[in-house]
Amino acid sequence: MASSEEDGTVEEKENNNKKRTKSALTTAWLTFYNIAMTAGWLVLAMAMLRFYIKKGTHKGLYRSIARTLKFFQTFALVEVGHCAIGIVRTSVIVTGVQVCSRIFMVWLVASSIRQIQNEESVILFLVVWTVTEITRYSYYTFKLLNHLPYFVKWARYNFFIVLYPLGVIGELLSIYAALPFVRRSGMYSMRLPNKYNVSFDYYYCLIIVMLSYIPCKETVCLEPTFKLLQTSFSCKTHLTHSKGSKLAVRMRSINKKVIGSISSISENYG
Amino acid sequence: MSTAVVFFEVEILDAKTKEKLCFLDKVRNKLQRILYLPVPDPQWYPARQSIRLDPKGKSLKDEDVLQHLPVGTTATFYFRDLGAQISWVTVFLTEYTGPLVIYLLFYFRVPFIYAPKYDFTTSKHWVVHLACMCHSFHYMKRLLETLFVHRFSHGTMPLRNIFKNCTYYWGFAAWMAYYINHPLYTPPIYGEQQIRLALILFLFCQIGNFSIHIALRNLRPPGSKTRKIPYPTKNPFTWIFLLVSCPNYTYELGSWLGFTLMTQCLPVAFFTLVGFIQMTVWAKGKHRSYLKEFRDYPPLRSPIIPFIL
Repeated sequence: MASSEEDGTVEEKENNNKKRTKSALTTAWLTFYNIAMTAGWLVLAMAMLRFYIKKGTHKGLYRSIARTLKFFQTFALVEVGHCAIGIVRTSVIVTGVQVCSRIFMVWLVASSIRQIQNEESVILFLVVWTVTEITRYSYYTFKLLNHLPYFVKWARYNFFIVLYPLGVIGELLSIYAALPFVRRSGMYSMRLPNKYNVSFDYYYCLIIVMLSYIPCKETVCLEPTFKLLQTSFSCKTHLTHSKGSKLAVRMRSINKKVIGSISSISENYG
Repeated sequence: MSTAVVFFEVEILDAKTKEKLCFLDKVRNKLQRILYLPVPDPQWYPARQSIRLDPKGKSLKDEDVLQHLPVGTTATFYFRDLGAQISWVTVFLTEYTGPLVIYLLFYFRVPFIYAPKYDFTTSKHWVVHLACMCHSFHYMKRLLETLFVHRFSHGTMPLRNIFKNCTYYWGFAAWMAYYINHPLYTPPIYGEQQIRLALILFLFCQIGNFSIHIALRNLRPPGSKTRKIPYPTKNPFTWIFLLVSCPNYTYELGSWLGFTLMTQCLPVAFFTLVGFIQMTVWAKGKHRSYLKEFRDYPPLRSPIIPFIL
């Protein structure tokens, strides 16, 4: 009996060691990832500033940073993996939709439709994304290093109030500007008749994407952000009670009436 | 020996807030009586009430007898509101009638779908007529099965499911029907051979699917809610039970593969794929619960595809 007890504790120790090394590895990787992404977006910001200062105009800015942007924005797919394997506590779907909408904007709108690359709306969402991502990734980095400067925390919770609507406006205006070029060129579209018996019109797809910004951005971006802010400011009780209280109020009223007629019920059940 | 009448005292607490909702004394055996409490608010109909022994546990059933539950003479139950409910039969009938009607609207080329010169015309390809017959047959079969064959273990499901399910079925039906009945439809590349093979596959799987539904119905005598392991019967179409836990889904997949092959239409392929993913999830869940419930469950069986999935 004594030996089995020993074995038990040895196994436990082994498991605990495994868990500790796993979480140390996880933290190391996440720290590295967030530092790398902060650096990447900083590089983008510098490149954009340098171009503007040198050339004095935003025309051609997108072409100059396109490759770096594509690299770092696409690399963010890794975050979906983080959620999937559980080292980051966010819903896979929420992260997936957010990353996919960014990748859609970069690859399928801005990079592929050359004629809109000099539009102001493109520069607008680029700037917004850059500031947002630098704030976000540096926040995560500092949090992982257990040393979060107040400024970074403040920025994370306040910048988005301005940046979020600006970003949406930039993206929507860019897609809107792209519409006539898409229609004229018929890009990414397939017409009947064809042997797959299907058709696809990228023009109408873009219109649907624009319309879906309203419900999607609300559920996928705004709500999770609000929840994040509320839990961080310890408003957890506020959230959980708001759903339970309606039911509790109803049941309390039923409760009163039921208790009031307990004698008649027990007669029925007798 | 006279059986003593045992009375219970029951208190019901809200599962989330642990508040005492009501207290009943002199309750006799069946849980059912509690569910049919004369509650003042007609909103709390029995189908919506979930009564459980543990706040996070499973719901107790209507037929549960208080004496056989692990409670003393004073029982504590937890109440959870399941939200507005709707009966399974209603949902099935609605979600299956939609595709039946919608497909026919496209088949007859009702105005405002295609260009006006095609209104009320018919396709020149005979495979389009065949596809319409198969599609309509499939949904008619489903409707009749819902009315006369299926035995449902739960009476109801949450109300929001009807909107979700109808959007799925009706939406996909419209999308498929639009292309199959389109004036510019292209018939399958391999022509008659492809269509014939597809039709055989489709009919074979339809009969198979029906056989499985009948076999499952016969497992359970009317009114009972007992659960048993399904086994192959004299009907050869049920011999697939040797290899698969949920052959009704296997046959359903086969039917839609047949339809895809018959129409050679990408939207149909998409519909088949999405349906396959959903049915695999269901089959795996069912397979798991079979394994949990029955010690002697045949080990050779896979959830939906023999040996593979």
